This record gives sequence, C-alpha cells and structure tokens, in this order.
Amino acid sequence: MLELYILLIFMIVAAVVAVEIKDLLSSVVAVGAVGLALSIAFLVLKAPDVAITQLVVEILCLIILIRATLRKDLPFSTSGRWFLNTLITVIFISLFLMVAAKCFKDLPEFGYPTMKVASTYLKEGFEKTGAANIVASVILDYRAYDTLGEATVLFTAVIGVLAIVRRIGRKKVGEKVRDEDEPR
Amino acid sequence: MSKEHEQGMSLIVKTITRLTVGLILLYGIYIVSHGHVSPGGGFAGGVIIALSFVHLMLAYGKEVALSKLPKQASSFFESMGAIMFLAIALLGFTGGYFFLNFLSKGEPFKLFSAGVIPLYNIAISLKVGAGLFAIFVALVLLKFESEKK
Repeated sequence: MLELYILLIFMIVAAVVAVEIKDLLSSVVAVGAVGLALSIAFLVLKAPDVAITQLVVEILCLIILIRATLRKDLPFSTSGRWFLNTLITVIFISLFLMVAAKCFKDLPEFGYPTMKVASTYLKEGFEKTGAANIVASVILDYRAYDTLGEATVLFTAVIGVLAIVRRIGRKKVGEKVRDEDEPR
Repeated sequence: MSKEHEQGMSLIVKTITRLTVGLILLYGIYIVSHGHVSPGGGFAGGVIIALSFVHLMLAYGKEVALSKLPKQASSFFESMGAIMFLAIALLGFTGGYFFLNFLSKGEPFKLFSAGVIPLYNIAISLKVGAGLFAIFVALVLLKFESEKK
C-alpha cells in the first residue's frame, strides 16, 4: 500500500503545480504527470485494463492540448482579490474535510467486501461468456447497455466537435466558402 | 510552428516514424483482437490506432496523413463502427433478446472464443479510432487557419 500513497501524494503535488504555475506548457506537462501517476496507480491496484486505457487516452489528450489548442502567449489573470479568494477556499476545504472525516468512518474498508453483483460476475462470468478477460465479459456482455451509452456519448461528441469546428460552420454572413477539405 | 503543419518535422523524426508507425498500428490491432483474452479491448486499441495516425501527421505534415486516411474515410469508419455495434446487438433477437451472445462460446483462452465479444471490440475500435483522429484533424486545421490570419 505504501507505493499507492506515494503515488497519491505525487498526484496531489503535480495537480497543485498544474494549477499554480504561470507557464501554460509547464502546466500541461504537470497534468500529464498526474495522468501518468494515475495509470501507475491502476497498475498497482491490479487493473491493467484501466491502466492501458488511462495511459493512451492521457497521451492523446496531451498531444491535442499541446499541438492543437495551446498558444504561446495566453495571459494568466492572477491579480485582484486574492485574500478573499484564499479565505473562501480555505473555509470550503476545511468544511469539506470535516464532513468527509465524519462520513469516511462509516465506509467499509478499502476494497472489502466485494459487492454482491460483482461476485456473481466473477463466479459465473467465465463459464457463461467464455471470455478469459473478465473485464471484457462485463463491459460487453453483462453491462453492454453501458457500453452502448458510452459509444453514443462519444459519437455525439465527435459530431459536435466536427459541426462546430469545420470551415462551413465558422463562415461569416454572406461569405463564400471554398475549402478543399470539405466534401461538396 | 505553422510550417510544420505543411511539411512535417526534421529528417530524424521522419526516419524514426517510418520505422515505428507500422509497429504502433499493429500493436493497436493486437490489443483490439485479443481484447477478450488479455488486458485491453476496443477502446484502448482504438486509441492506439488513432495515435499511430496522429504520429504520422505530426511527423510528416497533414497532407501525408490525410492521404492515408482522408476525412471522409474517418467519418465513414466512425459511423460504420456505431452501426456495426448496434447491428450485432440487434442480431441477438434471432435467439431472444437485445445484446444476446448468440455465437458459440468456443474454447476459452483461444483467439476465436467468447462469441460476439471480439466483434463488439472491433466495432468499438473502429468508432473510437476514427472519431478521435477526426477530432484531432479538425482541431489542428482550426489552429492552422487561425495562425495564418
């Protein structure tokens, strides 16, 4: 468990750095460090499926952030009422920690007991679906509706991005669009 | 920076990319097709396949990458993956209900096992790979145009 706590502390430090640092590129790199530590944490918790997905999605997000959206000179606005902001933040964090300390006492221990439905999947999943990877049998057989909804969300997201970002969607009133990338 | 969108990066990057990009694509296909016997699956494999095309685009510029996988082709593959997923789910009605695993289970731990789960993986990988590459292309072209002005 010790390496898990080290990873958690590293993630928290990297997240604070990502918020507080002035340079945007360094901030993106710090966000990448959070994602890398999270994928290693999944690996420590023996969830290689989630670790692989987290790693590759993190890489793609970083590439998109650095390559496609980041400009060199985006200014940060840090002036203003820092005292009031810090005070409100500290009050809310301490309130949250107080409530959390009360709630976490009643929770069961980390990872125990395995839930009822999940234990049924673990016992019968292999014989019923024939898939050696239990994660595949859950997400594509028992919980296939979840996967269908997730696929719909991704499909809608892609359609939305393409509809907003493509050249025809950004033309001014009365402007003629001649773009070789668009299908006519 | 905007020159790189047209011509790509230096000769060293291009040579390394030429050697590695096929292996990355092959690894993505492996992750997809073995999703039901080893860690991985449609989503992770699809992202790796998209990353291989993104790699090509970063190293060689947008012309080469878009000639390998044009925008129309990626939107076709994305819709095809979604329709394939739904069609396999609907085929379950031949035996009873939606999402029924109607193929034979086969021998466990072999590549051809677990009924329709590998087919679902392939459909999801088509959808995810083509969709994420399309988003990347759209955002890069947007940035390129705004820099040109």
